[in-house]
Amino acid sequence: MVKVEFLGPIGRAPMEIEAATLKEVADILKTDDALLGWLPKCAVALNDTMVNDLQTALKEGDKISILPPVCGG
Amino acid sequence: MELHHGPLDVNEIFGRWLASEANSNFGAFVSFVGTIRAENGIEALSFDIYEPILQQWFDKWQERARQLGGIVKIAHAVGDVPVHASSYISAVFSPKRRVALELIDAFVEDFKANAPIWKYDVADGKRIYAQDRSTPMDGAGLLS
Repeated sequence: MVKVEFLGPIGRAPMEIEAATLKEVADILKTDDALLGWLPKCAVALNDTMVNDLQTALKEGDKISILPPVCGG
Repeated sequence: MELHHGPLDVNEIFGRWLASEANSNFGAFVSFVGTIRAENGIEALSFDIYEPILQQWFDKWQERARQLGGIVKIAHAVGDVPVHASSYISAVFSPKRRVALELIDAFVEDFKANAPIWKYDVADGKRIYAQDRSTPMDGAGLLS
């Protein structure tokens, strides 16, 4: 199982899912209508490091963070 | 890097930062202070921060500054900051002026684009995500 957490304004409780790659995480999240509007605008971190490759392999206990558009300052 | 609950005490932070580098032989100190403006009837802005990734973002900038002979500092508010109070301070110390003047520009702009901070308007007791002023981070859309 990997944990998916939704940061800032997304306002969703964390999910635990079975996924071997980020591509599989994407396929699962895209079945959730409430997330479809967010996903094109969100960046992704794996265990608190930003990631850019859908083929990134996952292991048991990994944490995936979904980061919506930002505005600091 | 420092995070404060509620508005920043700008004088206290500047005083502490200047004292901490008083003997570092930096010839230049340039700062940027962000202050909440009264507009659109808001009472305050409010901020969520994801600290682990903010720390990594900051560490990269500290390394970039170090390679130029300088250092960077940042303070940001978490939670509500009322209008006319400050939510954000960035600063650069460097041996000479050009490094500090150029670095503060790039540092503040990249902060706006890539620091994991979410802003909300506070009006009539409600907290509303400032969606139209927010920017997708580098790499956004990976899962879409």
